[in-house]
Amino acid sequence: MSVSVQTEDFDLARETAALTQGRSDCGAVASFVGLVRGASDGVSAMTLEHYPGMTERALGQIEAEAHARWKIAAVRIIHRVGRLLPGEQIVFVGVASSHRGEAFAACEFIMDYLKTRAPFWKKEETPSGARWVDARETDETAASRWDSSA
Amino acid sequence: MSVKVLFFASLREALGVGEISVDLAPAGSSVGAVREALAARGGDWAALGPGRAVRAAVNQDMVPASHVLRDGDELAFFPPVTGG
Repeated sequence: MSVSVQTEDFDLARETAALTQGRSDCGAVASFVGLVRGASDGVSAMTLEHYPGMTERALGQIEAEAHARWKIAAVRIIHRVGRLLPGEQIVFVGVASSHRGEAFAACEFIMDYLKTRAPFWKKEETPSGARWVDARETDETAASRWDSSA
Repeated sequence: MSVKVLFFASLREALGVGEISVDLAPAGSSVGAVREALAARGGDWAALGPGRAVRAAVNQDMVPASHVLRDGDELAFFPPVTGG
């Protein structure tokens, strides 16, 4: 299963190694880990809500799109849901390929699309109460730059 | 015809409900028409009104407001996503 939506944490070393387990055709593994940012923003905790079913479906479509655009060997996407504390891991994207160019590009593409197309919503706990995080225009801009390079 | 309508995140909280069933008089109603009809209920439903950032999905795929609904569809309204 290359896409997981789960409450449990994940092991970075194990997930990265699993991408190339039992194969020797890959010369590159690129990965991204997203963390809960807390202290600077006064956030004491964060709760991630999602749309069960559509979330897995959307992530699977993003993975398929990455395979269609680049010659990549393996992809792993993990996104956590539920209540998370500052410093905790939220999301993992790992891509293995023959050469680094494809791995870097596909990893960034997957994160950009995930940010704008996968149905997750963050609610932050702050000293002044809980608040839903607003979507950022810069995320739309980041995702749209892949449209023209298709 | 009838469709199931789901709400998520801030929209679910504003409406105080996560799921409703809606009967559509004319078959062939669009997602935008359902949104307008719900917003017209007034009160908390203004959260679906014009000018509010609301996205829609039908049968778990994102769709534009012009998407035409079919009997038994699962329609969802939610704010722009903020995962990652």
